[in-house]
Amino acid sequence: MKHLRNATALAVIACAGTAQAQTELSLWYHGAGSANAEEALVNQVVDEFNASQSDWTVVLETFPQLAYNDAVGAAALAGELPDILDVDGPVMPNWAWAEYMQPLGIDEAKLDGFLPGAIGRWNGEVYSVGLWDAAVAMMARKSVLEENGIRIPTLEEPWTREEFDGALQTLKDTGNFEYPLDLGMAWTGEWYPYAFSPFLQSFGGDIVDRDGYQTAEGALNGDAAIEFGEWWQGLFENDMAPGTSQDAADRETGFVEGKYALSWNGNWAALPVVEKFGDDALFLPAPDFGNGPVIGGASWQFGVSATSEHPDGARQFIEFAIQPKYLSAFSDGTGLIPSTADAATDTKNYNEGGALEVFYELSENQAKLRPVTPGYIVQAKVFEKALADIANGADVVDTLDAAVDEINEDIENNQGYGHN
Amino acid sequence: MAVVKADNRGLRLASRYAVLILVAIIFIFPLLFMVMSSLKPSSQLLLDTKSLRAFLPVGELSLQNYTDAFVRAPIAVFVLNSVLITGVTVLLCLFVCSLAAFAFVFVDWSGKAVIFSILLATLIIPYETIFIPLLLMVSQLPWVGLEGFELGWLNTYRVQIAPFIADALSIFLFVQFFKDLPKELIEASRVEGASWWTIYRRVVMPLSGPVIATAAILKFLFMYNQYLWPLMVVQEEAIRPVMVGLGYFTDQLNVPWGEVMAYLTVITVPVLAFYLSLQRVFISSVASTGVKG
Repeated sequence: MKHLRNATALAVIACAGTAQAQTELSLWYHGAGSANAEEALVNQVVDEFNASQSDWTVVLETFPQLAYNDAVGAAALAGELPDILDVDGPVMPNWAWAEYMQPLGIDEAKLDGFLPGAIGRWNGEVYSVGLWDAAVAMMARKSVLEENGIRIPTLEEPWTREEFDGALQTLKDTGNFEYPLDLGMAWTGEWYPYAFSPFLQSFGGDIVDRDGYQTAEGALNGDAAIEFGEWWQGLFENDMAPGTSQDAADRETGFVEGKYALSWNGNWAALPVVEKFGDDALFLPAPDFGNGPVIGGASWQFGVSATSEHPDGARQFIEFAIQPKYLSAFSDGTGLIPSTADAATDTKNYNEGGALEVFYELSENQAKLRPVTPGYIVQAKVFEKALADIANGADVVDTLDAAVDEINEDIENNQGYGHN
Repeated sequence: MAVVKADNRGLRLASRYAVLILVAIIFIFPLLFMVMSSLKPSSQLLLDTKSLRAFLPVGELSLQNYTDAFVRAPIAVFVLNSVLITGVTVLLCLFVCSLAAFAFVFVDWSGKAVIFSILLATLIIPYETIFIPLLLMVSQLPWVGLEGFELGWLNTYRVQIAPFIADALSIFLFVQFFKDLPKELIEASRVEGASWWTIYRRVVMPLSGPVIATAAILKFLFMYNQYLWPLMVVQEEAIRPVMVGLGYFTDQLNVPWGEVMAYLTVITVPVLAFYLSLQRVFISSVASTGVKG
């Protein structure tokens, strides 16, 4: 009995010794309350990483998404950043530039096969990597298009501008819908640059000139951008789509209720459409307005904070998290697109013949990153306001010129945002 | 003649009640909408907003939103945190601010007019403008607690309480009220040999119910509605207050409105309970303020 007690005591001491040897790594995540499956999966990855080795213990702290960026900014000011943080793809360059983050230092061979939107690069270095991406498609019903003699576009042959405008007019003339197109104007914030700047890019413009990212002149107010702006305004003037006063309820349920013939929406909203329409549901590629069809890319990714004293441990965790089994599990749990084709084959929705397979192809073929610049967080807000103003009838040229001035002033105030 | 008079009075009374009922309905509509919506599925809730059905218990009613809301977020933790933070701040504020006001009104000391003016001037400075320097300050403040010495107050209850204990508005309210108390009471107490502390505790504060209620309610609402400051200084879920918790429901593009309404209903309960408990004193305070010459 005495031996047993001694052995037990030794075991306890040994365990305590092991526990003490483990170094704590803090991890901040934006998904508090977002989707319970997502939070459970992050917890699962953390638990399994902690159990898989004896050097590190990751401690998770979750934040509401709405508050997350502000919380990180405040923590950076106070010198209290965690070791590992997650970051929205288009925001990453800003955090890298502001020295909230350090290069990931990951062996890039481990990122072979990842969707371009799942890897965050700044100044030639990888700063972050994501377990998933998201994609937007033109949701439609096969029966509606066929009844009205509208060609069903493919990835190889998307609608041209003329075809798309013609389809909208045809659908409007049926009188069967409140509007032929739902763009999701009820959603504000990042939705505008994420969902609508690809239209501008397909016209040949952009939010900022990507050659050095030092000006928006010509990109956001050039001929292509003005042509886009006039087309955009025409959608609302001609009652092709509900404007900024769209009811949030209509955005959420309007397409499945038959109020709209087409809906520009993301893969996260696709399953209810499949449930409602079954084989009749179509997820179509973005129209080609002259410079190729484009959709937005990049979602939330993991990176290492600049102040982490244990970047090797943080990197180990991120490498652990991007295993195919977790990419598949996140996709199954959240409906998002797994970052690699291998992982996609093991998912419920993105495998061959899966209900959402087309979104993987859209992401792979059409996704374009939003401007990879620290100034993006300002440029996104300027772009959002400009598009809302134009939709509400503001003069296209004046509005775009004003947006360019605002963006250029911000770039100048920040000494060019450190682009090499 | 008497009959006509009685009719007129009845008519006046009826019209007065009609106006009061109308005003009451206007004020109660948001609460009614919130509670009714919390019992409906999100899809029905949004459809009902287009008609008066939004305010009526019609359609498919259940407590499912409450169940889902409690699964989505640790609501009880958030509410307890807010009640604790708010409660402690209100009590400390009443004590500190009333003491300061007492010194401004009853104690003679040089420079008090200038200091009171400076204090009032701070009323025009919004808290938001000082949050960044305040954040830098509290992140370096020392603390000696049960776990020994530590540097930095972030991620604690005290960082959510201490900066808000003293405020110019509460001091101002107490000063205005104390000025109207009969001076004879204070002078008589001094003649009887009472100390300033005894006068504060035994004479002034027992007469100050209305202003205590007013200051408490205003402070309670301010603290309970805190969002930006706790967002900046608190990273741990276990000490988050209710307003930051609201973010758990509103971050998605597809907002679960039924759950939002359930959450709002739950977090409104402490506010209503607090207000109703002090309602009579609060109203008498407002009424007496209104008739002051």
